[in-house]
Amino acid sequence: MTFLDVRDLRVHFPTDDGLVRSVDGLSYRLERGKTLGIVGESGSGKSVSSLAVLGLHKRARISGEIWLDGEELVGADEEHVRGLRGKKMAMIFQDPLSAMHPYYTVGQQIVEAYRIHHRVSKAVARKHAIEMLDRVGIPQPNSRVDDYPHQFSGGMRQRAMIAMALSCDPELLIADEPTTALDVTVQAQILDLIRDLQREFGSAVVIITHDLGVVAELADDILVMYGGRCVENGPSTEIFDNPQHPYTWGLLGSMPRLDRERSERLMPIKGTPPSLINVPSGCAFHPRCAYAELVGGACGYEVPQLREVGGGHQVACHLSQEQRHRVWHTEIEPNL
Amino acid sequence: MATYIVRRLIGAVLLLFVVSIVTFTIFFLVPRLGGATADDLASRYVGKTAGAEQIHQMAVKLGFTDPLWVQYGRFVGGLFVGADYSTGPTTVHCPAPCFGYSFITQNPVLPDLLDRLPVTLSLAAGGAVIWLLFGVATGVLSALRKGSVFDRAAMSVALAGVSLPIFFTGLLSLSIFSYGLGITPPGGSYVPFTENPLQWAYSLILPWITLAFLYAAGYARLTRAGMLETMNEDYIRTARAKGLPERTVVVKHGLRAALTPIVTIFGLDLGLLLGGAVLTESTFSLPGLGKYAVDAIVNNDLPKVLGVTLVAAAFIVFANLVVDLLYAVIDPRVRVA
Repeated sequence: MTFLDVRDLRVHFPTDDGLVRSVDGLSYRLERGKTLGIVGESGSGKSVSSLAVLGLHKRARISGEIWLDGEELVGADEEHVRGLRGKKMAMIFQDPLSAMHPYYTVGQQIVEAYRIHHRVSKAVARKHAIEMLDRVGIPQPNSRVDDYPHQFSGGMRQRAMIAMALSCDPELLIADEPTTALDVTVQAQILDLIRDLQREFGSAVVIITHDLGVVAELADDILVMYGGRCVENGPSTEIFDNPQHPYTWGLLGSMPRLDRERSERLMPIKGTPPSLINVPSGCAFHPRCAYAELVGGACGYEVPQLREVGGGHQVACHLSQEQRHRVWHTEIEPNL
Repeated sequence: MATYIVRRLIGAVLLLFVVSIVTFTIFFLVPRLGGATADDLASRYVGKTAGAEQIHQMAVKLGFTDPLWVQYGRFVGGLFVGADYSTGPTTVHCPAPCFGYSFITQNPVLPDLLDRLPVTLSLAAGGAVIWLLFGVATGVLSALRKGSVFDRAAMSVALAGVSLPIFFTGLLSLSIFSYGLGITPPGGSYVPFTENPLQWAYSLILPWITLAFLYAAGYARLTRAGMLETMNEDYIRTARAKGLPERTVVVKHGLRAALTPIVTIFGLDLGLLLGGAVLTESTFSLPGLGKYAVDAIVNNDLPKVLGVTLVAAAFIVFANLVVDLLYAVIDPRVRVA
């Protein structure tokens, strides 16, 4: 049985301007001990879909199915889902300064997370908090446990945040842009830490990012989202070595690389992310896609379905396999 | 933390000093600037039949003819070591701390003030408890159900509460509940707490509610605005992600963070009220500091007015100090600063 099985998830927000279709038919599977990287630009629905897994949307219309360890979460009793939050599934947020409460010490916040799900004394929970801080590599955890978040550096704060999320040994860990607010040098440390802890705890990890570089080494599988849908997914190596979707090509092309001449320019994706109220008809990416004319009209009116292209690799694009193959090898790859 | 406290304490003392200068200026200097001579000032302290010569003698005796800094020195000195006033054939002593001596009722002001303070204190404290409970609770519920019928109704009532003056709501409630239905005591029936706590509460219930209505309205709006802001913070989402029950999320995480401005305003309001809830006390004929000040003003009894002013100012300074110290307790980020 798949550990996390998301099927045709839709998260819509009714607003005064219309229905915002943040996630519109997303499916993926994740096993214990594996890491899934969800990649996409702002507003692609990557965070929204993950918050939906934790049941953290208050005013959203959610449909589809989310199976966690054989249990359906969509439509489940709220109190029951609350009991799973923090214990069975936990989340690390982007900016640890704003994601931690400024008025409570780091220790208090970890203790609180632990004590909701474990009936232990404050002293025991405090010991556990110190242990967790030590485990995520915070020096002098005995004294740092009584510090406030603002007394920590950015990297240390993210470590503390991770300690908090892991305090109840969650089986599913969702990291939402865990390194975006950090210095580049610290980013690598945090990613290493997440990988080490995953090995230690054997949890399933979802890493949400707009930065392919972040998931390059960490993720077993990668799912690329655009306009609330999955446009391409597959094993990490497949996505990097044999990407099939023009949007993925764009992401790869706009990624700075150290092994390239500095004179070469990045290739940004033209245009802006789509409105989620008036999602473009057909393929949501077609107004920005440089290869839509190769297909003819279909891109503008027919939503491409995900199709298997071999090796567990799926792509949703109207281009034929030969066309994709040719463009990738002649136009994209040589320029990367 | 210690430096923070010391700095605030020094600030408070300096502020009291400034207050004394300003008060002195208002009571002794401004009339002069307005063209009043020393004799004009002294004329308030003698009988109406006094001649110009007598008035001048009184002006000399009371020191109105001395240089200003000497007068200020005497004024401040009185606060620390007491003062002697020779008003005629006899000399009266006003023991330290001397807040002034009323030549009209022939007694030092301070005992009067101490006599009136418990009334004002009772009124302010009781009212504060009610408005804080109702105001904050209403604000939180309104914020959580933003746009609901409850929210709109509460905010309309709150708007009425802020807008309606206390002499209107006070008189209205007196006429309905005391004189119409007869379920609350009429105005002017204050019973000291030490005499009979139950009667004390009964005699104050209407003033409390009237006062609380005015203030609760403001607190409800303030709390609502604060909660709307904090409940959208990232750390609220984190709290939910931990699996905390919604009640804990709202109170321990949301309200806690929205508390800072509420505490600030609360301290200042309380300090202000302790100097005399002039309108409420007058409306309900409560013998507190506010009523005392009004009576003194009506009788042109300057030393009493001066005394109340000093006490009121001191309360506000003190309230400010307490608020500053509470800041550090509430918001750990203040402690380092």
